[in-house]
Amino acid sequence: MLDRVKLALGRLGHNFIDGVWRVGAMTRFFAQVIAASGTSARRFRLVMREVYFTGVLSLIIIVVSGLFVGMVLGLQGFQTLQRYGAQESIGVLVALSLVRELGPVVAALLFASRAGSAITAEIGLMKATEQLTAMDMMAVSPMSRVIAPRFWAGVISMPVLAAIFSAMGIFGGYLVGVVLIGVDNGAFWSQMQAAVDFRYDVLNGVVKSFVFGIAVTVIATFEGFDAPPTAEGVSGATTRTVVSSALTILALDLVLTAFMLRGDA
Amino acid sequence: MERTTIDLWFGAFVIAGFAALLVLALKAGNLGAERPASTYQVQARFDNIGGLKVRAPVRSSGVLVGRVAEIHFDNERFQASVTLALDSRYTFPKDTSASILTSGLLGEQYVGLDAGGDEKKLAQGDRVSITQSAVVLERLIGQFLFSKAQEDGGKK
Repeated sequence: MLDRVKLALGRLGHNFIDGVWRVGAMTRFFAQVIAASGTSARRFRLVMREVYFTGVLSLIIIVVSGLFVGMVLGLQGFQTLQRYGAQESIGVLVALSLVRELGPVVAALLFASRAGSAITAEIGLMKATEQLTAMDMMAVSPMSRVIAPRFWAGVISMPVLAAIFSAMGIFGGYLVGVVLIGVDNGAFWSQMQAAVDFRYDVLNGVVKSFVFGIAVTVIATFEGFDAPPTAEGVSGATTRTVVSSALTILALDLVLTAFMLRGDA
Repeated sequence: MERTTIDLWFGAFVIAGFAALLVLALKAGNLGAERPASTYQVQARFDNIGGLKVRAPVRSSGVLVGRVAEIHFDNERFQASVTLALDSRYTFPKDTSASILTSGLLGEQYVGLDAGGDEKKLAQGDRVSITQSAVVLERLIGQFLFSKAQEDGGKK
């Protein structure tokens, strides 16, 4: 009995220390990626190729889910706003919730599961098949040739994807609110324009997605780079990427929102 | 320079991102809204500004003619001093009155300007002397109850 408790406590402590170690190692890894970014700037084609794989190929899922999220927001918002006779405010509801919160957050979650997991699996497999070691042997730094371009591609793609997500969501809200339910077209857009501020709402959303882009790609590349070079190790690393990116995105979102909220609104 | 398909996709991707941002800024946001090129500032003192905020609209006959530029408390007169930035395209007589109004029953508060009949016009740095404070609901109810009680007392 006592042995079992001792074992459980030991495992708990091990997991905790492993988590702390991971945070420290990831920070050092982030610094190394930044230091190794020179090649990405000089050979920008490497980054562009990764933008194609992480960003362009994520477009379909981003566009479709943005549309659906906007449509659901429109339907749900209409149900509630109707009670107060404020159904024209549906544009405000859809636009503000997308631009401030849902756009950056949901796009980042989708990006983490669509592109982040792929990055981890790819790098992990490159490590397992000793491609990274081979590069090192040829005096090509895997850090600047493999990791940094993927990092920068993610940082570029994320704000673009979030903006597309929000725009598609607003279009979805328009489809449901104006075309399907029949809210007045003029009131829909004019109330939205009166409520959404470019600096406080749109630009803050872009800043958020930028931060999420950094977080997701650092986690994805680190997990791939750190994965044990076995099939099991790579699969575990891929799972960890999705789980810890999702948690990091949501926690960062709370912190960023607390910083960005205006005192008077 | 040789062109690859990746270039095309990258270009399309970045353009799509900028287009989306432009839509957010112009169609959903207020960046496309007309901003007055030049403004002149006038002061107004109020006993109570209620929930008026900086950047709240200033309207005359319901038309947006400016915005609230600054609000501070005048510690000598114990009144709120509000600076209004008015669009230079519009001029108002010197005896224009300013009142703090609410759009709708629960909407945002704004400053309403009612033009007077003076020949002279308001200029930069002038003061609007006739002002009407915001209606505070609690005071309104208090006054109502008070007058009701007086009526009842009179009857007895």
